[in-house]
Amino acid sequence: MRHLIEPADFSDAETLAVLNLADRISVNPSAYAHVADGKVLATLFYEPSTRTRLSFESATLHLGGRTLGFSGAEQSSATKGETVADTARVVSCYADIIAMRHPKEGAPLLASRYAAIPVINAGDGGHNHPSQTLIDLMTIRQRKGRLDHLTVGFCGDLKFGRTVHSLVNRLVRYPGNHFCFISPEELRVPGYVIEDTLVPSSATFEEVTNLEENLPKLDVLYMTRVQKERFFNEEDYLRLKGIYTLDAEKMKLLQPDTPVLHPLPRVDEIAMEIDQDPRAAYFTQVQNGLYIRMALIMTLLGLADPVTGEKVLTC
Amino acid sequence: MLNVESIQNGVVIDHITAGRGMEIYRLLHLENHEQPVALLQSVRSKKYGHKDLIKIEGTELPARLEILGYLDSKITLIYIRNGKIEKKFRPETPKLLRNVVKCTNPRCITSIEDNCEHIFKLSPSGKYRCLYCDQEISVKK
Repeated sequence: MRHLIEPADFSDAETLAVLNLADRISVNPSAYAHVADGKVLATLFYEPSTRTRLSFESATLHLGGRTLGFSGAEQSSATKGETVADTARVVSCYADIIAMRHPKEGAPLLASRYAAIPVINAGDGGHNHPSQTLIDLMTIRQRKGRLDHLTVGFCGDLKFGRTVHSLVNRLVRYPGNHFCFISPEELRVPGYVIEDTLVPSSATFEEVTNLEENLPKLDVLYMTRVQKERFFNEEDYLRLKGIYTLDAEKMKLLQPDTPVLHPLPRVDEIAMEIDQDPRAAYFTQVQNGLYIRMALIMTLLGLADPVTGEKVLTC
Repeated sequence: MLNVESIQNGVVIDHITAGRGMEIYRLLHLENHEQPVALLQSVRSKKYGHKDLIKIEGTELPARLEILGYLDSKITLIYIRNGKIEKKFRPETPKLLRNVVKCTNPRCITSIEDNCEHIFKLSPSGKYRCLYCDQEISVKK
């Protein structure tokens, strides 16, 4: 049985196959309306989420399946002291697949070690968010036509930005990519991403603090929010929030075909005045999220594509 | 000169970096070993100047000797049988450390989940990282 806990759980070929399936779904969603008839997705969300939870639920419903679950640890038996391991065992009796979000890093991995059904990591603390990575890849490929030989700028909270860690983990596998990490000193990319993902790869990278100076050279700009919930100390959060804001003036420095991605929700790092700019790709990401999660659920449940008759995973 | 009698059956953990013998003694739970154990500290060594050394008598040897490769790369293990050296080798660096060291990251699931194993994996950079949160191992060596 396969799970998706971190981006590397899928090979390069499998990742491309999921992206291709999502592209096919986006062209003709109705062809997939009954692919998962009778299947049940459990959404175990131990911390609040709008987009990701609704996206997984919507994806299941669009495939003909049903959903159950909870949103917020206070609605679960975690308040009675039930372990993640036990919850995973119990839910395996009620559902066919789990999407789990948890504030503690590694919780979905732990769940996957005890679950009898596939587990998707829907975000674990500041660690990983692999389904968002697939969405980001799909969006970059749509906008740039490729995933290689790109200069990708990541800006904001790169320390706790799990979507950044996961996307870097995947993009290093494509040749010729260069990463420009734009963050304050305190929110730099964690050491494990540099030492175990970037250094062993052929990718090049730089760590800088100035956004404006680096905008002109970027092929892709990935903005992130400084996340209040990741700070133990409110003072640190207040000092760092709002440190970068992308507005219409700064957009003039970007190339005309450089998309701006953001995993959302945003606070003040992207001014609303640029939402209508054709380079703003963050609402496209939301739409792609539905297709990617439909593709992912089909993939992990071993359901064949009704259009091609093929399954993404062969083992 | 301090003399400790030779062992007939058992194992000698040799070439321990001077000062680390007690840490290894504790990690192997040798205080619970029911047969003779000798910990020698700051013994003169031709190779390293000084070293610590542990002799463990008995056919039932402590579990988890494999973790020694992680703890101290200089260590040599010498197995003795009927008073003769049976084998002598440097333990390999283990790929996984299971319940040897606890993850100290307060954001890691191991910080709240009862009965969760603490597992560290050897990463491509040669550092041990928590299987769950990727934090680098933190232990006083």
